[in-house]
Amino acid sequence: MIKLIGILIVAAGFAVRANTLLVVLAAGVATGLSAGMSFNEVIELFGKFFVENRYMTLPVVLMLPVIGLLERHGLKERAEMLIKHAGAATAGRVLLLYTAMRQISISLGVNIGGHAGAVRPLVAPMAEAAARARHGEVSPEISERIRAHAAAAENIGNFFGEDIFIAVGAVLLMKGFFDAEGLSVSVWHMALWGIPTALVAFGAMGWRARALDRRIASEARTSSMKEAGKK
Amino acid sequence: MTLLTFETFYALCGVILLLVAGRIVRDPAHPRRWSSAAFWAVLGVTFLAGKWLAPLVVGYLVLVLVVLAATGRVMSGRERQPAPMERAEEARRLGNRVFWPALAIPATAVIGTLTLAHVRWGSVQLADAKQVTLVALGLGAVIALGLALRVTRARWGEPVEEGSRLLQTIGWTLILPQLLAALGGIFSRSGVGEVVAGLVASALPTQVPFVAVLAYCGGMALFTICMGNAFAAFAVITGGIGLPLVVRQHGGDPAIMASIGMLSGYCGTLLTPMAANFNIVPAMLLELRDRHAVIRAQAPMAVVIFAANVVLMWLCVYRF
Repeated sequence: MIKLIGILIVAAGFAVRANTLLVVLAAGVATGLSAGMSFNEVIELFGKFFVENRYMTLPVVLMLPVIGLLERHGLKERAEMLIKHAGAATAGRVLLLYTAMRQISISLGVNIGGHAGAVRPLVAPMAEAAARARHGEVSPEISERIRAHAAAAENIGNFFGEDIFIAVGAVLLMKGFFDAEGLSVSVWHMALWGIPTALVAFGAMGWRARALDRRIASEARTSSMKEAGKK
Repeated sequence: MTLLTFETFYALCGVILLLVAGRIVRDPAHPRRWSSAAFWAVLGVTFLAGKWLAPLVVGYLVLVLVVLAATGRVMSGRERQPAPMERAEEARRLGNRVFWPALAIPATAVIGTLTLAHVRWGSVQLADAKQVTLVALGLGAVIALGLALRVTRARWGEPVEEGSRLLQTIGWTLILPQLLAALGGIFSRSGVGEVVAGLVASALPTQVPFVAVLAYCGGMALFTICMGNAFAAFAVITGGIGLPLVVRQHGGDPAIMASIGMLSGYCGTLLTPMAANFNIVPAMLLELRDRHAVIRAQAPMAVVIFAANVVLMWLCVYRF
């Protein structure tokens, strides 16, 4: 039970909004010590896993110089111009379309998206532009909400598509686990049973996208009524 | 011999981070000049030399990073933001050509995934099949940069300037995913998972088949919320709850259980700040004021998908 001290520290740290890095370090040290490691052993583990997980940071660092350069030369503005010509576009539909593309491509084993590579430079600006094309200027709250949903569209598309492809990490991990337990389980069988949840996830994104559009529309109505009231 | 590996791109990353540190050092107006530069330089070193440094040394470097960040010594400078007028002007000048580099990234991902592992000259191989996704991504970034410089006719300094500005906007949050992954590793070395699995299994009446399914899916989601990583949860919760209860006690199908169980774990990923690279870093990247805005946007979907997973598993796992 004492080993759960790390989880407690993390929960308490998030609750009091202490510096997250410090909370994580403290939780790791406390957990390691309670499991009988020395301080240096814990720090060594931090170093080992920090290096092994450099791949998590890699896409952001590699993408930012080129994305920043393109933004400086009008990438977002151009994405907005394009979407303004698409009459049926709404913020929600742009995001739902992206989720569909992301789910389908990753279920075929190809990783085309990413928060740094696609969402910041293209998807979020297009969704915001679609909202503006329809309703005029949107409030900063709505703009932030659209961007948050754009990040969510990426996560939903990424998570709930990939397990349909058998060569992906998750399916191979499950296979490896069952092999070690001496159970023979087919990767095809596991991949097949990823499909129902993928459909549910897409439906959930559709529901949220519609809710987002309704929210934007109602906000635009009340703000235009206020404008009219002032005059 | 393999020409392009993870290390090639980690080294490139390290160089970018050192360039960021260099820009900060040369900026006398930076509010926390030396300590901020130190942060990016030390991080750069872990990327460049991480493979060759002893883990204990890296561990202490990480400690330095955490102390610098936690004491508020890592700040962003006042790099010049390109004016909206300037950007609109450029958008008109370049037209749709500005998209080419951006589209080169997914294009390289597709072509790279399909071909990279098959390119070889005798014993020299272009890329290892296991590393193909990441190598394609890295190549995509390099090709996009080359194209972008050509299309925009920008100075070489511009990508460094922009990269530095955006990285400083993200700030120390950038290393949170790696640090959380390390915490997850320490949790599993310390046997935290077994304790959680034991608690869940003993607290619920798992002799009822539905409750066994709920305990397994709930365990996957909960443990993922604690660890930020569904993969780490899988071995622990499937070994502690799934196999003994759903499969052995009630005769459930292991493939259906594992597949839907993992996806229940992903519902946890959507809900937790511990999954920083999916939830916190994007919030910084999109310059949202609320660091938890992405989690808030996802929470209703996570709940719905989780409920669907439980019902789906309950209906199917004992039947097929």
